[in-house]
Amino acid sequence: MIDQVASIGKWTLEKCSQVGRAGHFLYLALPLGWDLGPALHRVVKQVYNLGVLSLIIVLVAGLFVGMVLALQGYNILVGYGSEEALGQMVALSLLREFGPVVTALLFAGRAGSALTAEIGLMKTTDQLSAMEIMGVDPMRRIMAPRLWAGFIALPMLAMLFNLVGIYGGALVAVDVLGVYEGSYWANMQSAVDVQDDLLNGLVKAFVFGLVVTWIAVYHGWNSEPTSEGISRATTMTVVQGSLAVLGLDFVLTAVMLGGF
Amino acid sequence: MNQTISESDFDCKNFVSVRDMSFYRGDRAIYDSLSLDIECGKITAILGPSGTGKTTLLRLIAGQLVPDSGSVTVAGLEVSKLNRQSLLALRKRMSLLFQSGALFTDMTVFENVAFPLREHTTLPKHMIRDLVMLKLEAVGLRGVAEQMPQSLSGGMARRVALARSIALDPELIMYDEPFTGQDPISMGVLVKLIRSLNDALGMTSILVSHDVEEALSIADYVYVVSEGRIIGQGTPEQLMKDSNPDVHQFLYGEADGPVPFHHPAPKTLKDEVLTYD
Amino acid sequence: MKLRTLEISVGAFMLAGMLALVLLAFKISGLSYKDRTNTYTLYARFENLAGLTNRAKVSMSGVTVGRVVNIVLDTEDYVAVVEMAIQNGVPLSTDTSASILTSGLLGEKYIGLSVGADDEVLLAGDEIEDTQSAIVLEELIGQFLFSRSE
Repeated sequence: MIDQVASIGKWTLEKCSQVGRAGHFLYLALPLGWDLGPALHRVVKQVYNLGVLSLIIVLVAGLFVGMVLALQGYNILVGYGSEEALGQMVALSLLREFGPVVTALLFAGRAGSALTAEIGLMKTTDQLSAMEIMGVDPMRRIMAPRLWAGFIALPMLAMLFNLVGIYGGALVAVDVLGVYEGSYWANMQSAVDVQDDLLNGLVKAFVFGLVVTWIAVYHGWNSEPTSEGISRATTMTVVQGSLAVLGLDFVLTAVMLGGF
Repeated sequence: MNQTISESDFDCKNFVSVRDMSFYRGDRAIYDSLSLDIECGKITAILGPSGTGKTTLLRLIAGQLVPDSGSVTVAGLEVSKLNRQSLLALRKRMSLLFQSGALFTDMTVFENVAFPLREHTTLPKHMIRDLVMLKLEAVGLRGVAEQMPQSLSGGMARRVALARSIALDPELIMYDEPFTGQDPISMGVLVKLIRSLNDALGMTSILVSHDVEEALSIADYVYVVSEGRIIGQGTPEQLMKDSNPDVHQFLYGEADGPVPFHHPAPKTLKDEVLTYD
Repeated sequence: MKLRTLEISVGAFMLAGMLALVLLAFKISGLSYKDRTNTYTLYARFENLAGLTNRAKVSMSGVTVGRVVNIVLDTEDYVAVVEMAIQNGVPLSTDTSASILTSGLLGEKYIGLSVGADDEVLLAGDEIEDTQSAIVLEELIGQFLFSRSE
């Protein structure tokens, strides 16, 4: 009996130290260094890897999510005779929740796992070690650009997701379901507030961007230098990144809506 | 205040000195009061069975790891006591060639070799270009300068990594298992390069390997390490005559000896095969 | 991947993202440069708001002419005081009436204005005197039942 309690305590302490290590890692990995010219160029290269290469999956997903929202929303609202509220329903759902969250989940799966695998491979083939012994800090050179790139890229992706989703919803609403085009857009405009909805969604996207990229880079850095180690690290990135996004989403939403 | 000793001050006898060094991983002692010297200008081989932590020793010398006790001195400076700047300065004077080459996969061969030059010098572009070409020529691979590391064979990748290691003309170069998994021709090329680079550039070389034949063919001095301790040392000729059975078994590749052929098993063979439960 | 192509695509990506943000702000959130500055404030008191919220429309003949920007409770008279931002180009006579109406069956509450016949117009900070509170269903039913029982 005492053994079980002790093992729970040990597990908790270990989790705490893991979080602490991850936090310390973030502190070490964030600074880009003084040489801003090349550093910026490295960030740009990573924005390509993380952002541009994730575009297609994000846009396609956005389109489908927007269209489904329109379908489902119409189904519910038509029972109250309030189809003209469809526009604001789709827009609000996307801007506040689906945009940042779904984009972040997709990002964790596509960009996050790629990041972890890439860094894990660099660790396994001693590239990180070699760099360090050659007197170049791999944190500045490899980790920092990726962290900053993820932080910037995710919000851009989320906005594009939102846009495509709203227009996709409009497509379904107006052309398929027969909602009057004017009311789709006009009601949306009056119901959506730049600050409460758009800005909050944007803030969420920035937070998710930082957290998902942080988890991805950390697991790559920390992976065991074997192929099983890398595959395990990649899985952890996707699982932990996704759960972190959902958990943070709850916290952020509660704060934004309820003003705790 | 300034910790670096200029090269003229340092009267080179032993480039690296390890004294009573112990290093633990968890409870396991990787090294237990190890002492050895690496003479300047010579190729010193460190031999031993796989997994005894030979790579760890190289990392200790390079300052990536810190010993739990004892000292590691490189070029007169104790590595674990150096601050960041001094360690960086020392690292420019040494290089480590990893087993896998460790070429950066997102850069071309040229960019890989140019990397240390771009990082640590402010030489103009055309000079860097010339230097890179010279280094690649020294290893015979000037022709692949624009290729990516992934398209090279293992042996070629290792040679490119060697070119990268000599980019800054280091005083000490360490080879981690350079012969492992090489075909006879690549092996021959590497052996030739290690010897000629050492002599032509006046470098000190440390060779870590479990490939006895090749290592003994070019080493000036050899240490045989097992279980964290030195079990034999001397010139290749001296070692081949060493009467220590551990050394003998390792050097001659004997299947049975102090390291037994049979792994301990709970029952005797007779009990295993002839008794029925 | 050539350097220039990479840089161009990243630049395009960032531009697209920011353009999306701007589009979302203007087209979808209805952010308008005019709205914020060219309005004047009017007040109205209601006994029962019944669900009128901040940012609700203020419209006249179906055209949106302003927004509700603030709602407070007057603790002396126990009525709701609604602050509205009305667009500058809309003059309202001093006998304008304001009613709280519902748009659609499930729709939100909004304030509908009806102009009167006076020559004078309301100025910034004035109060609309003639107000009609929201129709609360329960009260209506109560009235109906009460009148029927007589």
